[in-house]
Amino acid sequence: MPELLQFAFSGLTVGAVYALVALGFTLIYNASDVVNFAQGEFVMLGGMITVFLHLAGLPVPVAAFAAILITVLVGLALYAFAIDLARGSGAVQIIIITIGASIFLRGVAQVVFDKRFHALPPWFGSEPIRLGGAAILPQSLVVLTGAALIVALIFLLIDRTILGRAILATATNRLAARLVGIPVRRIVALSFALSAAIGAVAGLLVTPITLTSYDVGTLMALKGFAAAMLGGMGSAPGAIVGGVLLGLAESFGAGLISSKYKDAIAFLIILFTLFVRPQGLFGKKSTERV
Amino acid sequence: MSIQTGISRRLALAAGFGAMMGAAPAFAQAEIKLGAVLSVTGPASFLGDPEKRTLEMEVEALNAKGGLLGRKVRLIVYDDAGDANAARTFATRLLEEDKVTAMIGGSTTGTTLAMEAAFDDAKVPFISLAGAIQIVQPVKKWLFKTPHTDTMACEKIFEDMKKRGTVKIGMISGTDGFGKSMRDQCVGVAGKYGIEILHEENYGPRDTDMTPQLTNIKNKAGVQAVINPGFGQGPAIVTRNYRQLGIAVPLYQSHGVASKQFIDLAGPAAEGVRLPAAALLVADKLPDNDPQKKVVMQYSADYTKKTGQPVSTFGGHAYDGFHIWKQAVERAGTDNPAKVRDEIEKTKGYVGTGGVVNMSPTDHMGLDLSAFRMLEIRNGDWTLVQ
Repeated sequence: MPELLQFAFSGLTVGAVYALVALGFTLIYNASDVVNFAQGEFVMLGGMITVFLHLAGLPVPVAAFAAILITVLVGLALYAFAIDLARGSGAVQIIIITIGASIFLRGVAQVVFDKRFHALPPWFGSEPIRLGGAAILPQSLVVLTGAALIVALIFLLIDRTILGRAILATATNRLAARLVGIPVRRIVALSFALSAAIGAVAGLLVTPITLTSYDVGTLMALKGFAAAMLGGMGSAPGAIVGGVLLGLAESFGAGLISSKYKDAIAFLIILFTLFVRPQGLFGKKSTERV
Repeated sequence: MSIQTGISRRLALAAGFGAMMGAAPAFAQAEIKLGAVLSVTGPASFLGDPEKRTLEMEVEALNAKGGLLGRKVRLIVYDDAGDANAARTFATRLLEEDKVTAMIGGSTTGTTLAMEAAFDDAKVPFISLAGAIQIVQPVKKWLFKTPHTDTMACEKIFEDMKKRGTVKIGMISGTDGFGKSMRDQCVGVAGKYGIEILHEENYGPRDTDMTPQLTNIKNKAGVQAVINPGFGQGPAIVTRNYRQLGIAVPLYQSHGVASKQFIDLAGPAAEGVRLPAAALLVADKLPDNDPQKKVVMQYSADYTKKTGQPVSTFGGHAYDGFHIWKQAVERAGTDNPAKVRDEIEKTKGYVGTGGVVNMSPTDHMGLDLSAFRMLEIRNGDWTLVQ
């Protein structure tokens, strides 16, 4: 029994990060129909910038705040210099642009930072909390709390503010949104900024547990994408459920079945979803409008 | 007449040129050409970069002292960026265009094996800096290597376990090339030391959480120690998760993480971790009567002064390769490849950074288990296990 609890906590922590990455995918997808494959690089930037500013002498909270700001700027630059310029092109072309951007960001990070792995000190020490035979790192609780807070903030923003209404309207029908006077391009830019911020927070929260390096983004993006697909592309609750389920599936799979095929689980889930329920758990069946 | 003399003068001039051209190679013969194909950039740059710096430093020092056999040594380095195909091309260039008389290099097992045939065909001695045992087993006439093998690391660990009465162990290994190879070697020699592997787990090279696997090892009754063949950040995360779960039995890491970076990444969790490593890593902690003390202190000081970087065992492999070659040339009294090869094979009692080398026609590495020191991490630093 205690081992099941251990697997569950391990899965929840990893799953919370996948959920945040999937949420980033969802925000941008809703606003612009684009799957932003540079989402994983936001996670990397959040962690790496915090690490390097901390090494340069800044206290962790200041470094973390600066890392979020810089990542948001990178997200906006990605929108302004790559996505917006190509806005006449189809979704596939823009998706390929985001893959290019992801490779570019990784390359720049390799030069600006370095190619080594880095750690951050945990916020509340590294002494694990023992609970029912399982050992939980305080940092895992930080990750879970942080993820929950972000999710709550995003839902508040979308449900309770005029800005949120504008995002929803853009997501539903861009042309109609423009017709009623919503600055659609600015809303899309905002979705990039928000996604970058979410990614950066995920990165800096999880770095004390998982370590970081210039190339952690690739796998993050793949796992986050799998989570978003599982939950249903475009559904925010789906992204979160998908992320947590994927994390749990990986840790229970590694613990109970075989650790050799841990990464395969994510990809099996993508395939299975596409075959059985292409719209995902929470996605609406897509219908052609006539 | 005047035309004729013009022609003959021109002919004379051409003949003179020809003589000069002919003399040029003879002039270049004065240099001893040493080739090196290394993975200076790319994924294996942590190997090739210190190797290149070391060779350049040693050649420069040698030439400053008047060279070898009174001739200057010219080092020709090519960067294969970790690509075995590129390495093969550069090997051919070294042999056919540069006409080197010996080769030190091959940062990885892959590049070494790709280049081996070229040097075998050309009959030029080749000292590899890569780890795998396949390089010297079976023995190939022209191929030597300086680093110790994964098998020796396993044996060193098992020797330490046996001394402590540990016989039943758990193993968690990375699925990357290094982890897989070392895992296979460990499984292969475990029986020889009476070690029984009760439970085995794996993790991917990019995994960020190994608590599920370690939980299974923890719950396996009778495990007296755990060994983690692996490379990169994986072993650091294993070490952190190991302490998180409060597993009480000793944890053994491999020589693959024998660097300060491992201690930095694993943090306080690294306390008490044991691993085999080359003497170079603990140069200043070796007792004064240690045969390797002098050479590792010297190399360590020179390298740090020259490059401003901490010394690594990989650069040490290049140092050993260079000096084994240099001494062989001195003994042979020529850089003739065949004679130098014979002398390399006769290397006896060479004290290097990797250990004491005693080569023979059946052993082209010449190291024994004394090349490894058992270390334990105490207070964030290495200590020698006596």
